[in-house]
Amino acid sequence: MQASDRFNINSQLEHLQAKYVGTGHADLTRFEWAVNTHRDSYASYVGHYPILSYFALAENESIGRERYNFMQKMLLPCGLPPEREDE
Amino acid sequence: MYLYSLTLQKATGIICAINGNFSGGKSQEIVVARGKVLDLLRPDENGKLQSLLSVEIFGAIRSLAQFRLTGAQKDYIVVGSDSGRIVILEYNKEKNTFEKIHQETFGKSGCRRIVPGQYLAVDPKGRAVMIGACEKQKLVYVLNRDTSARLTISSPLEAHKSHTIVYSICGVDCGFDNPIFAAIELDYSEADQDPTGQAANEAQKLLTFYELDLGLNHVSRKWSEQVDNGANLLVTVPGGGDGPSGVLVCAENFVIYKNQGHPDVRAVIPRREDLPAERGVLIVSAAMHKQKTMFFFLLQTEYGDIFRVTLDHDNDRVKELKIKYFDTIPVTSSLCVLKSGFLFAASEFGNHALYQFQAIGDDPDVEASSATLMETEEGFQPVFFQPRKLKNLVRIDQVESLMSMMDMKVSNLFEEETPQIFTLCGRGPRSSLRILRPGLAISEMAVSQLPGVPSAVWTVKKNVNDEFDAYIVVSFANATLVLSIGETVEEVSDSGFLDTTPSLSVSLIGDDSLMQVHPSGIRHIREDGRINEWRTPGKRTIVKVGSNRLQVVIALSGGELIYFEVDMTGQLMEVEKHEMSGDVACLDIAPVPEGRQRSRFLAVGSYDNTIRILSLDPDDCMQILSLQSVSSPPESLLFLEVQASIGGEDGADHPASLFLNAGLQNGVLFRTVVDMVTGQLSDARSRFLGLRAPKLFSIAVRGRRAMLCLSSRPWLGYIHQGHFLLTPLSYETLEFAASFSSDQCAEGVVAVAGDALRVFTIERLGESFNETAIPLRYTPRKFVLHPKRKLLVTIESDQGAFTAEEREAAKKESFEAAGMGENGNANQIENGDDEDNSDPLSDEQYGYPKAESGKWVSCIRVLDPRTAQTTCLLELQDNEAAFSMCTVNFHDKEYGTLLAVGTAKGLQFWPKRSFEAGFIHIYRFKEDGKVLELLHKTQVEGVPLALCQFQGRLLAGIGPILRLYDLGKRRLLRKCENKLFPNSITSIHTYRDRIFVGDMQESFHYCKYRRDENQLYIFADDTVPRWLTAAHHIDFDTMAGTDKFGNVFFVRLPQDVSDEIEEDPTGGKIKWEQGKLNGAPNKVEEIVQFHVGDVVSCLYKATLIPGGGECILYGTVMGSLGAFLPFASRDDVDFFSHLEMHMRQEHPPLCGRDHMAYRSSYFPVKDVIDGDLCEQFPTLPMDMQRKIADELDRTPGEILKKLEEIRNKII
Repeated sequence: MQASDRFNINSQLEHLQAKYVGTGHADLTRFEWAVNTHRDSYASYVGHYPILSYFALAENESIGRERYNFMQKMLLPCGLPPEREDE
Repeated sequence: MYLYSLTLQKATGIICAINGNFSGGKSQEIVVARGKVLDLLRPDENGKLQSLLSVEIFGAIRSLAQFRLTGAQKDYIVVGSDSGRIVILEYNKEKNTFEKIHQETFGKSGCRRIVPGQYLAVDPKGRAVMIGACEKQKLVYVLNRDTSARLTISSPLEAHKSHTIVYSICGVDCGFDNPIFAAIELDYSEADQDPTGQAANEAQKLLTFYELDLGLNHVSRKWSEQVDNGANLLVTVPGGGDGPSGVLVCAENFVIYKNQGHPDVRAVIPRREDLPAERGVLIVSAAMHKQKTMFFFLLQTEYGDIFRVTLDHDNDRVKELKIKYFDTIPVTSSLCVLKSGFLFAASEFGNHALYQFQAIGDDPDVEASSATLMETEEGFQPVFFQPRKLKNLVRIDQVESLMSMMDMKVSNLFEEETPQIFTLCGRGPRSSLRILRPGLAISEMAVSQLPGVPSAVWTVKKNVNDEFDAYIVVSFANATLVLSIGETVEEVSDSGFLDTTPSLSVSLIGDDSLMQVHPSGIRHIREDGRINEWRTPGKRTIVKVGSNRLQVVIALSGGELIYFEVDMTGQLMEVEKHEMSGDVACLDIAPVPEGRQRSRFLAVGSYDNTIRILSLDPDDCMQILSLQSVSSPPESLLFLEVQASIGGEDGADHPASLFLNAGLQNGVLFRTVVDMVTGQLSDARSRFLGLRAPKLFSIAVRGRRAMLCLSSRPWLGYIHQGHFLLTPLSYETLEFAASFSSDQCAEGVVAVAGDALRVFTIERLGESFNETAIPLRYTPRKFVLHPKRKLLVTIESDQGAFTAEEREAAKKESFEAAGMGENGNANQIENGDDEDNSDPLSDEQYGYPKAESGKWVSCIRVLDPRTAQTTCLLELQDNEAAFSMCTVNFHDKEYGTLLAVGTAKGLQFWPKRSFEAGFIHIYRFKEDGKVLELLHKTQVEGVPLALCQFQGRLLAGIGPILRLYDLGKRRLLRKCENKLFPNSITSIHTYRDRIFVGDMQESFHYCKYRRDENQLYIFADDTVPRWLTAAHHIDFDTMAGTDKFGNVFFVRLPQDVSDEIEEDPTGGKIKWEQGKLNGAPNKVEEIVQFHVGDVVSCLYKATLIPGGGECILYGTVMGSLGAFLPFASRDDVDFFSHLEMHMRQEHPPLCGRDHMAYRSSYFPVKDVIDGDLCEQFPTLPMDMQRKIADELDRTPGEILKKLEEIRNKII
């Protein structure tokens, strides 16, 4: 890698993408985007205790169970990924 | 509109709790996080939990951990919050504050997926701390000491792993080897790429050990092994000589012991027999208790059962893991085992409790063990048990919690002086209706009838050094009664007091003699029984008396003052006479200052609306030092001395000062500061207390002087955590009071009211509300007040529970089954808890048995709040659950007021929201509103989440449809509808012909109904998507709403648009038909915006005190109560916004979140001043207070006065 490459926009983006999970790129698919937003949402629910308790109330589960369910859903938040189209 | 936001009741729910020695002494304390509040609690000798300190941190606390450096005596607190920073706090016992020792920034603020703060783990030897995020990032900080023994923290060491979800982390106890942290991780990178789903199925949770190499200053992944896919929680196992080291992995249905190079030791968690097969058992909280020779774990399941886990080990080899049923208590978010033998249970919903250990579960009970684990074809063989009443624990105290507040209304149903706040709290079997009244709770110790109507009461000691009072002296219109305090309180006649005359004052004088002042003289009773009488000259009578331990001033009729002092021999000597211009209304002498012979100040109130301060010094005796005119004649005076304090457990840093309090005849309490040298009065404050002139008495509260003011209701003025608080007591009107101290009751009050003598103590100081709870059956959803009949109607519903009949049947069955076994050992341990004894399986303690998630139970209840009687309870049948209701008067008035209830049948949220049917039930009130009778039930095509009366008809929000119904004979009749709402209607408010509709996701829509064209149409909506949780109508153009993320906002229709719509003969209908950007033609404007930081579940507009300002009250899921008060003047807005600005700069929040950023978490804060931050002003150091005050061109005293004034407008 040349010294100048470090400052071009692509490598800066790559750096951001590596550092911050969920940073988008030009070829982002709808599915990838949705997966990211869902994971962010679940992480936010788990982080905000009042929201977690609000869900727990609605579903009549314990808060601990609700937290576990949200964490479990982070594995496949939007179901299976679509088949890749071979180009 | 500018609002002042003030929290009236801090959050009562608990997110997490830790225990340790934070003050450095022997005592054990508990630190609890209540969302944005950090509290320090301590159980006192009587086993009552006392709150020592409570700090609002303006951020969301997500995790807490405590650690202790090797050899230190004191624990530090690590806080993981949403600030993107790690914060280490130390409790300073002298100043009673949390001090920030370290604050290190590592990431962005906010609760984000990859910014650490969610998890905290500490090395058991206190050498390192790991802070983790839900995904990817984990940072390790090394903790050490510098040469002067101060705590140091290193720069962070990364232990990141991308595409990895973290479920739990904990420290591994490996003695003084390199610190190791364990984490449950799950890699999702392959599952994201594989469309066949194979990778997702094979995704495996791993238990990974991270080792911190202290020599290389580096963290490495040391060991990683597959672990059960249901794993959710890690618990540290003692090591380094105390145990086998390693971790307990709590997974769904299992507890597994794991360690590096050690085979898994697995045991099943016993299941309740009535648990549906589809449900697993998950551990939600855990605590470890370690003594010198043994250790055990207490693990609590999501159903509330606690299991004791023990490890049978031989050095480092674990041979057996045993899980034994221990007890069942309500589900907790944290368990803390204290060394003193207490268990603190921080409940998820409902009251928290402190338990005492009776036993540690050594008796035989249902037990699962790794040795007897049976693996069959269907998996591991489960072990069953039946919950029983408490055997090992005894509840000794509970701390009230309003979590989760579901609905709130304010009304003066009981016709008291101030309105009551009715709230629906809790969940399932622990739910309740709580009636809150501003004020302190008291507990009545005794009430005894007296032979006549007493006018006054005093208590006296026989000697200054006595701990307890010797006599209670009661004065009647023409007699005095003396009661001696001992084992019992009984009348005595050998006390030396004159009993044939009324008394004006009775007190201890000198070191050991008693004084009785009666209208015709002073009777001085010496310790040896000698009696000296001083008689008034001529026919004049004594009208008023003021005294302290060494000085007495009496006022004779006509206005003459005579001053006495106690001399060296204990004699009472007349010193000086002084003629006042008119009759004296009241007098008081300041208490003798420590180490002095006399107090310098005498306060005299006259009927000419003045208070004079006179000197009692020998050189300028009876000189007037200062004069204060007041609005009405003073009735009672009291000097209150505030001792100098440098902080400590419940004081803040302040110098000694003297306050003069005066109760005026117009019901106002007037309070000024007395200059200790010159006697000048300054900094006057007044507050209206009630309809009667307040009488003031000095009593002791927590060993300090406090003031009791008796107006039409009693008030207590005392200092709590550095603030002077004047709070009403929830008790009836009292005539006269005195402090009371005896063997049974160290700090009480004896008072007279009517013909009874009452002894009571004041409880839970520092709280602003006291509550009366009425238990309910299921999670309450909403309630309405029936204002005419003064009745409440509540709807309660629960998912996944059995109906009352099914539960009853199941209970009977299980008792029959259990009865056989119990006959064998009839002498069961009594647990001493009355409630549990009366009902051996109280649902409140054990929870309802779980049913399938598709099952609903629900009931409608009519409740008389005064008697706490349920007059009617209708349990809904057929899997229906009630979600909304309103009272409605249809215009034909045939039935009068009717009750409409919206229900859904077979509602399911998961995997997709679905239901079988929705209904609107119409009930009529019978028998004075006490009983409900179903008129008819109309099926609708959605879940009716909102109902409202409108122009003699019923408006219903059914999914996205707003529909107008009229009452028919057999069913409701559709009159008009609008189907254009985006998602689901959750609230409807009406005002004149306007309808304010709140959508679940899309904020407010303003609608109009045109009667002539019979059309409902939307003329304005909001520009921001808001997930509404509560709404309230403010005025013609304005709505207040709150969203799911904890924001409060007000929207208003601009004035010109509003006028245009009102003037337009078509009511803006033509424009509506055109529409704008797929929405309404007009847009409302956001005029107020504020992030509360808690899900607000209810809003209400009310005035809490007579003469106060009208404010918007809100209640939150975490059980807090707050208010927004509109500012009355521009000056106040300027003052408070400047104060807020300076507070932000000079006093940044404790846990590192920027205050402005926090209040603007989702939308920029607009026109709201944070009173909670402003009220932290008195906790600043004195020089800082002065600096801010200078910037504002005021004195610190004036700022405090302003803060007090605005608080007094609200409550």
